[in-house]
Amino acid sequence: MLLTNLESVPGRTIVRHLGLVNGSTVRAKHAGKDFLAGLKNLVGGELKAYTELLNESREEAIQRMVAQTQAAGGNAVVNIRFSTANIAGGAAEVMAYGTAVFVE
Amino acid sequence: MDLIIGFVVFVVLMVVGRVFGGLAEKRHFEQIKRRENDLRNILVFNESRPSADLSAREAQLVVGAVVIGEDYFKRFAAALKSIFGGRLTAYESLVDRGRREAILRMKEQAHAVGAKMIFNVRMETSTLSDDSNPKALFSAEFIAYGTALIGAPAT
Repeated sequence: MLLTNLESVPGRTIVRHLGLVNGSTVRAKHAGKDFLAGLKNLVGGELKAYTELLNESREEAIQRMVAQTQAAGGNAVVNIRFSTANIAGGAAEVMAYGTAVFVE
Repeated sequence: MDLIIGFVVFVVLMVVGRVFGGLAEKRHFEQIKRRENDLRNILVFNESRPSADLSAREAQLVVGAVVIGEDYFKRFAAALKSIFGGRLTAYESLVDRGRREAILRMKEQAHAVGAKMIFNVRMETSTLSDDSNPKALFSAEFIAYGTALIGAPAT
């Protein structure tokens, strides 16, 4: 599976366009880790527990997007975008979306 | 009595934020400058179409992300400054630090796969703090991502 946020895959030709695919996950950041993050917050700076949480979420979102692409018969996703949103109740949604294509 | 305890807690939080938070930030900036210098050979572009002579390279998505939170001193300093408006230097350094760290992590990923160029770089910031709780400290996620072209010669 080729993943890129360019409009095409360098060195390949897009032969079929399979439409928009997306993957997202919602994770609560106020689980167990939150206590340590709260302590860390006193000093400010990087909140590693959250960085890790969001990186895991992003991986998961990409995996779901890839699964959709495979289901549509694609072998690449182009023009990928990410977005993170703060949802009520201290949860964060991480989303990845792009265009599924078949390249040769 | 409650007032005194409240005041002591306030002073402790201010001092912790100012001294330890300030020190940590200073160290982080020094580290950022060093790493930026080390990764100077990785070229970053935000144009979406690499020139034709580069197009035969392998492409790989690279992402760098970091969550940075404020401390109580920054919050207090910013709240005070907001009365008069103008530059909030306490937050300027926070976002600068976050964004540069995210770019560095993206570059480090590119470096790990042997890429010398990253195209179509996009940056994003999103706040993570709980809006329903006004006492909660502010934190934000900074993301930088792009497509690394592997094997492209640095020019």
